Amino acid sequence: MKLTDTQIWRSIFRHRFKDTERNRSLTISSNVFLHLHPVTIPAKAARVRFTFCLGGLTFLMFIVETVTGVLLMFYYRPLPEYAYVDIKLMEHTVRFGLLLRNMHRWAAHAMVMLVMLHMLRVFLTGSYKPPREFNWVVGVLLLVTTFLLSFTGYLLPWDQLAFWAITVGSKMAAATPFFGVEGPFHEWLGIHSQNDMKFLLLGDSEVGGNALLRFYVLHCVLLPLGCALLMLVHFWRVRKDGGISRPL
Amino acid sequence: MNELKTIDELEKDKTGEQELFAFPELVFKEFLAILAAMIVLGLWSLLMDAPLKEVADPNWTENPAKAPWYFVGLQEVLVYFDPWIAGVCLPLLIILGLAALPYMDPNPQGVGKYGFRGRRLAISVFLSGYIFWFALILIGQFLRGPSWHFYWPWEDWSIVKAAEPALTNLPNPLGLALIAGYLGLGIAVTARTARRRRLGRSAQIKFICAWILILLMFGVMGKMALRIFLHIKYIVSTPYFSI
Repeated sequence: MKLTDTQIWRSIFRHRFKDTERNRSLTISSNVFLHLHPVTIPAKAARVRFTFCLGGLTFLMFIVETVTGVLLMFYYRPLPEYAYVDIKLMEHTVRFGLLLRNMHRWAAHAMVMLVMLHMLRVFLTGSYKPPREFNWVVGVLLLVTTFLLSFTGYLLPWDQLAFWAITVGSKMAAATPFFGVEGPFHEWLGIHSQNDMKFLLLGDSEVGGNALLRFYVLHCVLLPLGCALLMLVHFWRVRKDGGISRPL
Repeated sequence: MNELKTIDELEKDKTGEQELFAFPELVFKEFLAILAAMIVLGLWSLLMDAPLKEVADPNWTENPAKAPWYFVGLQEVLVYFDPWIAGVCLPLLIILGLAALPYMDPNPQGVGKYGFRGRRLAISVFLSGYIFWFALILIGQFLRGPSWHFYWPWEDWSIVKAAEPALTNLPNPLGLALIAGYLGLGIAVTARTARRRRLGRSAQIKFICAWILILLMFGVMGKMALRIFLHIKYIVSTPYFSI
């Protein structure tokens, strides 16, 4: 008996693979992942030179980050006395540990770059215009989330580069008008170094153990969940707003 | 892939636009794009190691201490503006401006195609901002050395740079007049244009908001020019805040 005729196979794949129009449709509509796509698309919307696959590749980088990130979590403890040692150990004692970290780091840079280029593509093709206004706004939120994901990840290696970059970055929080201890008008609200924006961000008045834990939780749990939620809306709205934009 | 001749005929929708099956036409392209991206990422990760310096030491300041590259542009703006503007107000305005963009651009032209014609203003403004953002990143990332002094790539960072020429503040009345003149005049001209075009009330508000954001963006560039060419530190300085 052929494998493709077994009950197990047929229970997983609901249709045959003969190249018929019905099967082409079913490949998309009976697959939860592929059915992000419509069954048919306008020829113009499928051109690589229109989208340059920038949005899709940004999503790919998010998947790469999730997979490599989860693997990295097996070897990393977010405490100042362990964090740096764990990274060093990962490089020297974990098989493919360095490659794993390299991929996570470079895919993160690629994701930030790709999301900015995707925004440029969407702008230049006027794809933010009605009825797609709201999806552009979701896209802007995704851009911000990507920055925050990358920024929170930057501290985790706990090396000089990480520590001082986040020190520079968190100084900005202290400069927030009204709510930062170094910002204008903070006296009006009784803001001091123990209750300002920077303290909220770092869990302390300086970058230390609390900041490392905060950034770790934000980086590994809260921001990825938020990003996934926004992506869900973003992709769904692409379909609901009429698919990839094309000349009217 | 196209052996079924009838498909093309069947796939023409009411507008006569040609439709393709997403599988395999689109999915195949996506697969190739994923493959190419993973090969590039794999090679990049094999050939180049992620940076890792010495363990964090709060008592030993990195000089220069640079933000991650995508925030280095904002760090570069810190040279010209106080942190509450460069680090808080400016990023917030950029985010708000971007989010509001589709609601402020009433021009229906240019959907689904690349092209400058018909969208000259929108594309010029957006590209100026976009290029400005990356120019600042490039300067901050590659041309700033110890103590955030300017170094060309071929200059040695160990040679200490001379201090900047002394900076002066504009007298407050002049500074206030300058800001009021720039923004006030800009808004007045905008409002007049909006009235002359007989825009409806909400269209008028959107038009004026868009122009305020555009004025602010070019204002940031203008303030930077004032510092570079006329050595002016603050346009307005008060004990509470300075611009």
